[in-house]
Order: sequence, then structure tokens, then C-alpha cells
Amino acid sequence: MSTATAAKNTAQVLCGVHDLVDYSGVVALHDGRQIALFYLPHGRDRHSAPEVFGIDNHDPFSNANVIGRGIIGDKAGELVVASPIYKQHFRLTDGVCLEDSDVRLATFDVRLEGECVVIV
Amino acid sequence: MQDLTIHPEKKQLIIIGNGMVGHHCVEQLIERGATQDYQIHVFGDERHRAYDRVHLSEYFSGKDADALALGEANLHATHGVLLHLGVRISSIDRDRREILTPEGRLPYDSLIIATGSWPFVPPIPGPEVSEHPQARLVYRTLEDLDAIRHHAIHARRGVVIGGGLLGLEAANALKSLGLEAHVVEFASRLMPVQLDDQGGTALRERIEALGVGVHTGCATEEIVATPGHDYAYRMNFRGGEHLDTDLVLFSAGIRPQDQLARDAGLEIGERGGIVIDETCRTSDPEIFAIGECALWNGKTFGLVAPGYTMARTVAGCLTDVCEPFSGADMSTKLKLLGVDVGSIGDAFGTTEGAKSYRWIDEAGSGYRRLVVSSDGKKALGAILVGDNSYYDTLLQYVQNGIDLPKDPAALILPQSEGGAPTLGADALPDTAMVCSCHNVTKGAICKAVDDGCADIAALKIETKASTGCGGCAALLKQVFEHELESRGMDVDKSLCEHFHYTRQELYAMVRVEGITSFDELLEKHGHGLGCDICKPTIGSILATCWNQPIMDPQNVALQDTNDTFMANMQKNGTYSVMPRIAGGEITPDKLVALGQVAQKYDLYTKITGGQRIDLFGAELHELPDIWEELINAGFETGHAYGKSLRTVKSCVGNTWCRYGVQDSVAMALELEHRYKGLRTPHKVKMGVSGCTRECAEAQGKDIGVIATEAGWNLYVCGNGGMRPRHAELFATDIDSATLIRYVDRFLMFYVRTADKLQRTSVWRESLEGGLDFLKEVIIDDSLGLGDELERQMHHVVDTYECEWANALKDPEKLKRFRTFVNEHGGDPDIVNITERDQPRPARTNELQSLAVEIR
Ligand SMILES: Cc1cc2nc3c(=O)[nH]c(=O)nc-3n(C[C@H](O)[C@H](O)[C@H](O)COP(=O)(O)OP(=O)(O)OC[C@H]3O[C@@H](n4cnc5c(N)ncnc54)[C@H](O)[C@@H]3O)c2cc1C
Ligand code: SF4
Ligand code: SF4
Repeated sequence: MSTATAAKNTAQVLCGVHDLVDYSGVVALHDGRQIALFYLPHGRDRHSAPEVFGIDNHDPFSNANVIGRGIIGDKAGELVVASPIYKQHFRLTDGVCLEDSDVRLATFDVRLEGECVVIV
Repeated sequence: MQDLTIHPEKKQLIIIGNGMVGHHCVEQLIERGATQDYQIHVFGDERHRAYDRVHLSEYFSGKDADALALGEANLHATHGVLLHLGVRISSIDRDRREILTPEGRLPYDSLIIATGSWPFVPPIPGPEVSEHPQARLVYRTLEDLDAIRHHAIHARRGVVIGGGLLGLEAANALKSLGLEAHVVEFASRLMPVQLDDQGGTALRERIEALGVGVHTGCATEEIVATPGHDYAYRMNFRGGEHLDTDLVLFSAGIRPQDQLARDAGLEIGERGGIVIDETCRTSDPEIFAIGECALWNGKTFGLVAPGYTMARTVAGCLTDVCEPFSGADMSTKLKLLGVDVGSIGDAFGTTEGAKSYRWIDEAGSGYRRLVVSSDGKKALGAILVGDNSYYDTLLQYVQNGIDLPKDPAALILPQSEGGAPTLGADALPDTAMVCSCHNVTKGAICKAVDDGCADIAALKIETKASTGCGGCAALLKQVFEHELESRGMDVDKSLCEHFHYTRQELYAMVRVEGITSFDELLEKHGHGLGCDICKPTIGSILATCWNQPIMDPQNVALQDTNDTFMANMQKNGTYSVMPRIAGGEITPDKLVALGQVAQKYDLYTKITGGQRIDLFGAELHELPDIWEELINAGFETGHAYGKSLRTVKSCVGNTWCRYGVQDSVAMALELEHRYKGLRTPHKVKMGVSGCTRECAEAQGKDIGVIATEAGWNLYVCGNGGMRPRHAELFATDIDSATLIRYVDRFLMFYVRTADKLQRTSVWRESLEGGLDFLKEVIIDDSLGLGDELERQMHHVVDTYECEWANALKDPEKLKRFRTFVNEHGGDPDIVNITERDQPRPARTNELQSLAVEIR
């Protein structure tokens, strides 16, 4: 309980839940960083509580800011997003690229707080 | 001609004749590394590089010399083989071991003669050839076919002398050129070499039913020019009958082209042919002869497979292992004028004590004969007319001496269901020949599978099986699948880890079960969340089946970014915008409007290969405003982002062009507006040309339409891009309504049966039964699907709606067109540079120097 309160204190609102798109991504700007937000309205098993993931919008392979426009899904049980340019897959949980594990995108601690999406 | 310099460190090897067999020999020599020790020279009389003579007739049904050519164009250059085309060798000087070329002498250490045959023209009295070439045409080379095409232009009727295999092919060619065709045969039946009387009768009935005149037992005594009459010539037959015609084509047999060898004093057979031994050496051990010019054991071979075997023997003798030539099987399987004909082994039952089973269908003009040994245990030969599905199995029984079943007649009797009886692939011994053109046995296929060939395409590349005449395709597939199964491998055709079905199977489920969303399909038939493979594929299936707007909420997450934002993402994350410019026709007002939009939003503009204008560099949040303006100016979406119809390219046609015979622009507009909303497994392109000059390059498109005097010719399954493929002629001289009907059916059949991301060209190559099958389904409606396919297409056409117009009406949909959900404006990392008066994305090095300046 105490950690949750602490989080609430430092958390900043990025956007509303209504700004998100089911099973897809949007991009928020935060401190000059572009964060791709992906929304699973019924969790990763399609039957539990909603989840949101924040990951760097910059695609290191194409050098363009496009990750938020990729398709999400799962590969061998891992939640991933596919870059829309050259199609590499990045894990939503830790940003690691499945095709080249030396490459890793920054991930952000984003959460749903009521009708808001916040970053911790 | 290329230079004749001699490399003193290498031996000189000369090949005379660059036909099918000569070419195969070169390939074999290269494969076996002969170019290390030999400088190889190839001389060919014809000016074309080696081509597929077996499929020569396809020259009249859409293929050109390039499409018929054998092997890679740069094969010779890559391997240092010197190819001299259009050069006839006039003699061989055996004493000095030199050949005589028009450029001078050239010495050889080894010489291979592969000069083929020449068409025999019987000495029938007739008009002077130089003035009447059309009374003495032959059918052997591309040039012969050019001549036939030329003379056919002003002819109405054509007669072929000779009712053998080639004569019937020639008759078909005349028919396809629009002539009334007749065949005159000296013997009492057609194809006397391959067929018996009953077989000949059945074939005759079928061919007459196709409108070709057949005259058997007819000896032509003279041909006379009849100027001023209805037809240009009269052929007088022994017994007083006659036949009038505009051209005469001789197909009265072939003779070995052995003149060079005769003049050089090599041993020649009594009835022609260069005598060879089992190593293919002539009476001079430094000289080999292969192919149709060679005589082995008193026999010449008028088929390509034995020639290829000889070529391999010689290539082996000159490099490593000499595999002796031991004769060849002369079984043949053909489709003549669309009629199946097969002849296997001892077809006439000449073996002592041989007995025959015969099945005769007088009503349907079908005939099958099976010849068995005196004890009834082995098959010796067979004849088939009307249905070749029995061929492969019978051939295996004969070639491999497999014991016949208890009731051998069952092998040729009609089967109530399941088609012709097949001999399971496991019954074949390892030595069974599957592809006789390239000498591939069942054992070789097993080995290739063991070595990792996992699909037919890989197997074909690895073993060359089924790349010759192609007759073994069905058997190859059967053996291959059997081998995979017996190894417990199965060919995984699943779409991805979420759906263990092929695209075709999923399509059927969606339709049959009435599934309208990805979630529903995933729930019922898949697992997990889906991925970037299955989502767009299923999105496309749902769109074709139900024509739902791709921007509807349940579809949004399925699309890749191009479909989601209805624009094409470029490398810097911006989009290009391409409105439809149907048929490449645009009014000046619209052109101005496009220019104004480009100016206002600072977009780079370029004309595409599909006669449209592409506007590059729009950011996500700008797309709705840009489209608002374009739609107000009368544009609609061009679907450049989708797997759907892209453009219909057209020439100006008879409205402006002096050669045009139809209004190609109007047809292009009709096609483009009809199919613009259809979602397909991959993009589809079309072209319409106003005459045969083909300025719209329609034969490089999925659907190509070329105007004729009488209507339209329809071509299908062409492709540009990475793997170009010529479209194939599908229907001729059809009217506009028929054209639309065929295209409706064709496209829907493609949508139903193609694999994910399969262009029509690849789909067509994967279709069993090939073009003929496709014609049967679309034109003859053999599957009874025609109405349904048309109905589905009508639904798609009737429910068309411009996706951009739809999206602009709906604020919920527009919500997504924001670069950032919490900020207005664009991506600060997008930096443009001006080049040739237009913007373009800055390159990485330019960005770095810009950063320095700002600092
Ligand atoms: C219409 C048609 C259909 C056919 N269908 C079939 C079929 O279905 N199945 C089948 O197995 N076979 C078929 N054949 C037969 C097959 O094409 C031949 O068996 C095969 O082409 C023989 O190859 P080759 O190299 O011996 O002769 P060719 O292919 O005739 O090549 C010989 C070459 O040598 C050149 N030449 C001759 N003399 C000289 C010289 N002095 N100097 C330089 N060059 C010279 C000639 O110009 C020619 O290009 C068909 C043939 C035709 C015409
Ligand atoms: S294809 Fe024919 S009609 Fe069309 S532009 Fe070319 S020449 Fe003219
Ligand atoms: S040819 Fe290559 S570089 Fe050019 S547009 Fe096509 S994919 Fe891009």
C-alpha cells in the first residue's frame, strides 16, 4: 500500500485511457522523449485486467520514430511489437530485440490510474 | 562473331549445334568442371540462343523467344564458354583436326556434333519455292514460325501434310492463328507411329470435333498455284480428289542433320544418322555425335530425353566417369489440340505372345489399350487417347517390370470415383525413373529430401526433376509427399504460431462460419494474441469477405501501419499520399489541385510507374487535412497502401492513337472503378493497351488486356518487379462483358485459393494443372463456382466506399491521426533538406552537421 501511495506522488499523467487504442499503440511526449503506449484492454491472456506498456518510440534499425505504429502480438509466449519499417520484434516487457539481443529499447514504467495513463 | 583466339594451355573442345541437346551438353560440361581443362566453343546456326523446341508452339500462344530460351542468358560468359550464334559450320577437316567457319579455321582436340534434324519435305511437284514460300512451309525453328505467322495474315485455310505428332501440333498452331486447319495423312490413321487403328480412330473423332479437317490415306500428287481463285493453291490427291488452300505446311517426318559428318567421311547409317557407339563416339574417336543427328544401334531418337542422356554421357567421358548410353524409352505423353494422347513401350504388342486389354468408348471417343506379357504378369506397353491420367502409373508398371495386379484390366477401366488408379509411390523401386528428361530416379529424390529439400521448388532446383518437358510434375509431387510423410515430416503450412491453418483454410472458415472479427476467429480456431503475420492476413480476408471498412474499430489493430493510416510509410516515418488517378487520366483542374496541396504541405512529388502522382513527406497529423482537400477537389483514395488493386495502366487507345483499335482508356477506367475496393492476398496490377503494339505493357501485369480488331485479348498472371514473368494468353477476341465476367471470376478465385502474400504469378505456378486448369475453372466453369464467384464480386463492387471519405466523417477514427496524444504538432526529429527544388529527408551525416551548426 505504501509503495502505491509513493508512486502516486511522483506519477505524472501522460494522457487519458480514452486516448489509447485497443490492442494497438499511440505515442506520448514526455520530457522530450517519445513513448509508445500499447494497450491490452483485457490483459495479455485476453481475460484479465487491462494492461498498458510504455516503450521507446525510436526504432534503432531505421532511425525513425515509428515503434508506436507497429503491430503488437505474441511470439513464443512473449509480448512483442513489430517495427513497421524493417519488421524486427521488440519485447514489450523489457525492450529486447528478438532478432538481435544486443539491441534493447528503453522501457517506461507506465500504469493505469482510473481514467488516466501515468508514468512513474 | 566472337574471337577465335586459342589458349595454348587448354585443350580445344568444339560443339557444333546449339539446340536443346547441344545446350544441355554445355550445361553438363560446366557443371562437371570441364572449363578448367577445355576452352569450349559452341557454334549455332540459328541466331537465337538455345530455346525450348519442345514447347515451340507456345510461341503462338503468348511466349516470345526470351520466354522460351533455355538456362541463364549469361551462362556462357560467366564460365568462359565462347558462344557463336548465327554461324554455320561448313565442314570438318579430320586430317588437320580443324573445322571451317566463315571466319577461318579453328583447331579442335575434341569435337561434338549436335546438329539435330531437318524437316523432310517430300518431292511433290509444286510451284517455285522462291515465289511461293507459303506452299512449302515447315515447323521446326522460331524462324519457321515467324514465316508461318507472316503468311497466315492473309490466309483463310491452311493444310498440314503429315498427321503425326508434329503435324497435329502444327495444325493446332494454324487454328490458333485463326485459320481453318486441315491435316492430310498418307497412312490410314493419325499418328501411325504411336497409335493403333482404334486409337487413331478415337483421336480422329476428337480432332474433327474441334473443327480440324482430317484426311487419311491421302497421297498428295501435286500442288498447283490457282491465282484468281478463292484459294491460292490446289492440292491434287491420288485418286482424283483435291483440297484448296492458302498455305501448305509440311510435317512429313524429320531426317538426321548428318551432312557435315557425311562430307567428313564418318560412318553414316543406311537411312541417315551418324553412327555412334555406347560412349557416343563416331567412327572417329575424337568426334562425338549426340541428339537427333546420332544413330545408335540402328535407331535415331526424335525426343529430347534420349538426347539429354547422350549429352550426359559425353560430358562424363570428357571429364570423369563415362556412363554408357544404352538406348532410351520412347514412351510419349502429349496434349495435341487439347486431346490427351499417350503411347508407352511396346504399344502395338509386337512381343511374342503378347496379349491386349482394350477399352473403347465410341460415344465419348476414348480409347485405352494395355499390352501384357504372355503369362499376364508384366505390362509391356499401352496406348491412351482422351485421358492421360492413367499414363504415369502404366509407365511405371512397364518401365520397372512391376508385377501386375490380379485384374490388369482395372488399370485402364474408368474409375467411378477418385480418378485413375495410381500405383502408390511406395510401390516404386528406388531405380524407378521419375523424370526422364533429366534422368532423376526415385532414389535421387529420396536423397534430396534427406539432404533437406523441404518443398517442391527446392527439389526442382536441387534435382532438376520436372524442369524438362514437365510431364512428370504430378508423379514428382506424389513421390515427394510420400517421402516426407514416410520420414514423419509434415510440410508445415500453418499461417503462424497462432493459427495452424493455411490462408486458404482460414478464408473458408471465415466464409462458411460467417466469422466477422479477428477476435471471434482467434477464439474459435487460434490461440495467443496474434502477431504481425496473422493479423494483417486475417484483416484482409475479413475485408474481402464482408467488405468492412478497414478503419472500423474491430479492424484497426489488425492492419499494418500503411493500412491503419491509409498511406505508405517511408523510411523516416512520414507517409506518402497517392490519390487514385484511374487509368492515368487526369483533368488539368485536378492536376492543379494536387500541385496546390503539395505546395501547401511542402511535399515531394514524383510520378510513379503506375501512371499516378505520389506526394511524399506527410506527417501523421497532416494526413486528414491533406485528404480533406484532396476529396474536395474530387479525388478518392488510391489504395496504394493496401494489398488490393493498385492501378490500371493504359495507353491513349483509338481516341488519339492512329494504331489503336479499341478505346483502351475507357476499358481501363471501367476495370479500375470496378475492382478498386477489392482486398487481395497481394497487390494486383492491370494494364490495357489499345492495340498489339502494347504501349501499356499489359503483359507484365496480373491482368493484361490488349485490344484486337474483334474485341479484347486477356492475359493473366504477369509480373514485373523482382521476378518478372510474362502474362499468359487466357482468352482471345472476347467482348467487354465477357472480359469483365472472366476477370470477376479470376480475381475471386485468386482471393479464395491463394496463399498469404502470393502474387498471381506465384499462385499460378503453384496451381496444379496450370493454365489449362485455370481456364477450365474460369471459362468452362468446371467446378460450378462461376455464379458464386461473380456474386461475391458484385457484393464487393456494390458496397465500395472510399476509405478516406469514410474516415473523415468519424471523429473517433480521426483521433488516431496524431503524432502525439498529448501534444499538437509533429515529430521534431523529422528534418528535410531541399534538393532539386523539392524537400527530402536529411541523411544521417547531414543531420550531424546540422546539429553542429545549431549548437
Ligand atoms: C514442334 C515440336 C514439338 C516437339 N515436341 C516434343 C515433345 O513433346 N517431347 C519430346 O521429347 N520432343 C519433342 N520434340 C523434339 C525435340 O525438340 C527434339 O528432340 C530436340 O530438340 C532435339 O535436340 P537436338 O539438339 O538434337 O536438335 P535441335 O534442337 O534441332 O538443335 C540442333 C541445332 O543445330 C544447329 N545446326 C545444324 N547444323 C549446323 C551447322 N552446320 N552449324 C551450326 N549449327 C548447326 C541447328 O540450327 C539447331 O539449332 C518436338 C519438336 C518440335 C519441332
Ligand atoms: S498500344 Fe497501340 S493504341 Fe495504344 S498507344 Fe500503343 S500503338 Fe497506340
Ligand atoms: S525498387 Fe527498391 S528502392 Fe525502389 S521503390 Fe522499390 S523497394 Fe524501394
